[in-house]
Amino acid sequence: MIDSKIPTGQLEHKWTDYKGHCKLVNPANKRKLEVIVVGTGLAGASAAASLGELGYQVKAFCFQDSPRRAHSIAAQGGINAAKNYQNDGDSVFRLFYDTIKGGDYRAREANVHRLAEVSANIIDQCVAQGVPFAREYGGLLNNRSFGGTQVKRTFYAAGQTGQQLLIGAYQALERQVALGKVEMYTRHEMLDVVVIDGKAQGIISRNLITGQLERHFGHAVLLCTGGYGNVFYLSTNAMGSNVTAAWKAHKKGAHFGNPCFTQIHPTCIPVSGDHQSKLTLMSESLRNDGRIWVPALQNDKRAPNDIPEEERDYFLERRYPAFGNLVPRDVASRAAKERCDAGYGVGTTGQAVYLDFKHNLIHKYGKAEANKLAIANPDTDTLIKLGKEVVKEEYGNLFDMYEKITGENPYEVPMRIYPAVHYTMGGLWVDYELMTSVKGLYALGEANFSDHGANRLGASALMQGLADGYFVIPYTIGNYLADEIATKPIPTTHPAFTEAEQKVSERINRLLSIKGKQTVESFHKRLGKIMWDKCGMARGEKGLKEAIVEIGQLKAEFWSDVLIPGGSDEMNLELDKAGRVADFIELGELMCQDALDRKESCGGHFREESQTEEGEAKRNDEHYSYVAVWEYMEESKWQLHKEALHFEVAKPTQRSYK
Amino acid sequence: MQHYIMNLTLKVWRQRNASDAGHFETYPVEGISSEMSFLEMIDVLNEKLLKEGKEPIAFDHDCREGICGMCSMYINGRPHGPWHNNTTCQLHMRAYQDGDTIVIEPWRANSFPVIKDLMVDRGAFDRIIQAGGFISVNTGSAVDANAIPVEKEKADYAFAAAACIGCGACVAACKNSSAMLFVAAKVSHLALLPQGHPEKKKRALSMVAQMDKEGFGACTNTGACEAVCPKGISIENIARLNREYMMAGLAENE
Ligand SMILES: Cc1cc2nc3c(=O)[nH]c(=O)nc-3n(C[C@H](O)[C@H](O)[C@H](O)COP(=O)(O)OP(=O)(O)OC[C@H]3O[C@@H](n4cnc5c(N)ncnc54)[C@H](O)[C@@H]3O)c2cc1C
Ligand code: SF4
Ligand code: FES
Repeated sequence: MIDSKIPTGQLEHKWTDYKGHCKLVNPANKRKLEVIVVGTGLAGASAAASLGELGYQVKAFCFQDSPRRAHSIAAQGGINAAKNYQNDGDSVFRLFYDTIKGGDYRAREANVHRLAEVSANIIDQCVAQGVPFAREYGGLLNNRSFGGTQVKRTFYAAGQTGQQLLIGAYQALERQVALGKVEMYTRHEMLDVVVIDGKAQGIISRNLITGQLERHFGHAVLLCTGGYGNVFYLSTNAMGSNVTAAWKAHKKGAHFGNPCFTQIHPTCIPVSGDHQSKLTLMSESLRNDGRIWVPALQNDKRAPNDIPEEERDYFLERRYPAFGNLVPRDVASRAAKERCDAGYGVGTTGQAVYLDFKHNLIHKYGKAEANKLAIANPDTDTLIKLGKEVVKEEYGNLFDMYEKITGENPYEVPMRIYPAVHYTMGGLWVDYELMTSVKGLYALGEANFSDHGANRLGASALMQGLADGYFVIPYTIGNYLADEIATKPIPTTHPAFTEAEQKVSERINRLLSIKGKQTVESFHKRLGKIMWDKCGMARGEKGLKEAIVEIGQLKAEFWSDVLIPGGSDEMNLELDKAGRVADFIELGELMCQDALDRKESCGGHFREESQTEEGEAKRNDEHYSYVAVWEYMEESKWQLHKEALHFEVAKPTQRSYK
Repeated sequence: MQHYIMNLTLKVWRQRNASDAGHFETYPVEGISSEMSFLEMIDVLNEKLLKEGKEPIAFDHDCREGICGMCSMYINGRPHGPWHNNTTCQLHMRAYQDGDTIVIEPWRANSFPVIKDLMVDRGAFDRIIQAGGFISVNTGSAVDANAIPVEKEKADYAFAAAACIGCGACVAACKNSSAMLFVAAKVSHLALLPQGHPEKKKRALSMVAQMDKEGFGACTNTGACEAVCPKGISIENIARLNREYMMAGLAENE
């Protein structure tokens, strides 16, 4: 039933063999084929640009006012690639292996290996586009290290890597717009997929300025619509990030893979009050240079700089000596929560730990600079001053951001950080070709479930988004479209289009007719709280069962009491939000189902019932070495299919970073 | 850091759509914490308006961390408000005191027509990029990334120019509504890198031509753009653009 279409043959030859044998579409025919790309983040912009270059006729959509604003722009720390420019033992195999292990053996080997194989090409492509990655004095590219690895393979542009990569892809996209190969629809939201004879043939979208519903035909539809972390209300995602496109596809037959796999990032600025609208990440790259600690005494209210060295507990270094502050995110997040729950947390709420740069300011950067400048016996102040300059160049924008938000200067006082929802490993289930369970409907980037298993390693989402868009889809889509050459564009007067548009319109009218008393925002907040408390960093059977009931009640209340002013044939931001929150509510239900079903701990999914005596996550390969593939049956009803995972090369072991 | 609570008066531009004349509305807001962001303060007001059966204020925003370039409020006569090197979304309420009055308007420039309330159409920026703000390299045709060393200093300057978030504050601050800083940032970013050299003449000419076509004003070097730019894009980039443009123009006449 679940066919992942993984090519046969040895792992390291699969992709080459696939490319050598997949069907091709000749240039004259490409011009006759229309492709719809929904989303213009790294995945969508790179796909739309590359497909345009190949000669396909592309229509691209985003809900922001410009493709350059997609949430990818906010990625900070960097992008991985197996270039081994540092000569520190990196290779395609190691990147593959780290990613599989980091994902806690819940990802497909073949996909991950392909990702590692194309990673180097991504860096080449981006540099050719003019992406200004950080460089050494010799003029060559610089690298930094990220969590879960022991090599330096992360390429970066200060703390603005996502911005620079997206601008590269955006410019490539705009070039195709200028050439007439891509037609760009900004401030448009896709609200349904049109499926005809089992194949995706178009979409229904809403013009967010006029409110008009529109029909668009495509021989194939690509969803590059990002992750759904905002189901938790508070997350590091942009305010507009949502699940709607993926959810509509799900209800039209695209199965959802591992919905409960959520990444909680350890280093975010803590919540300051009820007014909080989003959380801000402090990049993982900071863990290269910052040491994480809490006071060794419970409820210690002294200012951090007044706590002497011997009264500090560097709990990650203590618990995980081999990886120290660079353990994977899930491990670091749980360790921070454990300390705070035990009463060692800091800040007014006690829900924070320190991330301290002083040690490296002095010992790593300060001393190195002093050496360069031949300053003999520099005092601590001089070292700090010299060190600051270097740190500013590496992370200046992040330190500024921290100061703007908290009013504190992180060069002087340690940052306060706490885990926050950041990324969703789950997403639309796709096969090796990135096709969902609906023919001709693809999912790329964070919107699919494919490469990160139960936990994503830092700097690998950017890699995956660009791999999917630049180097995978251009091949795999041809394999499908080669058989569609004879398909004439279907007129959008076809009954399937009419019906889909009607359904969208009915739902909008239903939302507007409720005229209740509670705002969309208030429902979203309540959903977020249920999800965070019961399907967040730790999940137990009892809580999940309660959550499912509570979400059901919330849904009923939403559909009888939500307040949306205005009409449908105009700009209506509350209506846009309401549609998204309604979808989040349904998704929340499925996430809890999935978390309930998986009675093991793995990666970011920590089931309280499945832990070791030391409180580490305990995986259960015997029963859960599968991708949970959920098929939508009817409201609140899903059927679970299992895609068994086979590890031929990276044999599963219990992850240890000790 | 001492936190406090304040009451404020907001005067906000309300405009139903592009053809509406628009007007100011005055709103009192109460119980605002100094820890809130400026946009969270607007969120509070919007929730209140909704409960009163009124239409919330439309404004653009997305990342709320100063990088997507979507937020765009003209606050007390200054794009993005009082803080230096800052976006609207990163402005925090500790910038204000109890009793303050805050006037909030959209970007005002003919090339950025108002869509609704505080939202404007910045499509002109995308069209300027389409005119030449790229390096023509198809996917798959790149050489090894380390095959072209780039002097670190140049790479750093290119990065500093590439940090532009396309917000349009420079245009909003300029009495001529000139888009020179935005265009200069892109031209500089690409002209400073060896990869960008082959197209540099054509790029400068076409981007400037498109800028003129979109109706942005001329640059008279007042420097207002640099002063409000949230990403600290330097006005030196405009000098570089002028040089690139002149040289390209000379080459054309040859
Ligand atoms: C703060 C932050 C920092 C990060 N840092 C890193 C990092 O350093 N390294 C790393 O590897 N990863 C990082 N990540 C993760 C990474 O940025 C994302 O996973 C990745 O950029 C997602 O790209 P995408 O193209 O899949 O989606 P997005 O960039 O989210 O794009 C989604 C697109 O879909 C469009 N869209 C969505 N729904 C609709 C709809 N219904 N109709 C029309 N359009 C729609 C949007 O307009 C947008 O264009 C970070 C994430 C965050 C939140
Ligand atoms: S130059 Fe500065 S002000 Fe102008 S668009 Fe770019 S970031 Fe905004
Ligand atoms: S909302 Fe993204 S820069 Fe302000």
